[in-house]
Amino acid sequence: MKSAVLVFPGINRERDMARALKLISGHEPAMVWHAEKSLPVGTDLVVVPGGFSYGDYLRCGAIAARAPVMDAVRKFADGGGLVLGVCNGFQILCESGLLPGVLMRNARLKFICHDVHLRVERSDSPFTRGYNAGQVIRVPVAHGEGNYEADAETLQRLEGDGRVLYRYCSADGIVDEQSNINGAAAGIAGIVSDRGNVLGMMPHPENHVEAIMGCTDGRGLFAGLVEHLGRAA
Amino acid sequence: MKARVTVTLKTGILDPQGKAIEGALKSLGVDGIASVRQGKVFDIEIAGADKAKAEAALKDAADKLLANTVIENYAIEVRG
Repeated sequence: MKSAVLVFPGINRERDMARALKLISGHEPAMVWHAEKSLPVGTDLVVVPGGFSYGDYLRCGAIAARAPVMDAVRKFADGGGLVLGVCNGFQILCESGLLPGVLMRNARLKFICHDVHLRVERSDSPFTRGYNAGQVIRVPVAHGEGNYEADAETLQRLEGDGRVLYRYCSADGIVDEQSNINGAAAGIAGIVSDRGNVLGMMPHPENHVEAIMGCTDGRGLFAGLVEHLGRAA
Repeated sequence: MKARVTVTLKTGILDPQGKAIEGALKSLGVDGIASVRQGKVFDIEIAGADKAKAEAALKDAADKLLANTVIENYAIEVRG
């Protein structure tokens, strides 16, 4: 799996992401600076990592979404290429129009930094095939603006087309108000584009991939991508 | 020329920051406030003196960057 990790000023999770990708795919990812106009030849997966691109100025992800490299990412996604955005990466993908909706301030206004449980809604996506449908995984979140919102019609379409892949839930998989950490519509933690090749999610699977991290539940996402790309090749 | 672009949340969009400010005003004892919505103001210096051109440029700026039109409205004001 040849992956490319985008690097914007103010991003701080790119090395965690690169480490997880290397660990699980066996290949060192390319780090791609935001001012680049193209992606490395043969890229299978573009990852937009977390952090605080441009200091979250204007709106989270707004300025990064207009960076030169994003035109290349848009072209890559239009051609069916896989794109994964985590945390600030999810915000950047929404701002760039690659995913619908927007990530608003957390409903209770607090920055949330702890482990959460996610329910994997389906297992037939490149981003979830490492899990079983309905499986509950534990991964960390660290964000102040993860409250996913979209207009009613968009939400209906996301649900109807099965584009919600990850939802905040309790340890035993129950999605309710209590487990909805940030007030996101329908407890949405991660969605895919209409073609299913672009995933945005607020939680950080890359931070639960080694025993020393206390949990390896995040591995499935990357292992699933490796398997998917291996089969496609 | 000077211009101002005002960006506000669309009606119906939940505004947790506005709600918090509203609550703080109540606790400060500021009376008569029914609700608060937070927005942004951009004061922009325009190069040149063509008002129509300035308005077009500001609309472009607002659509491309200043506002996220999924959740926000904007108003443009060019002051001669």
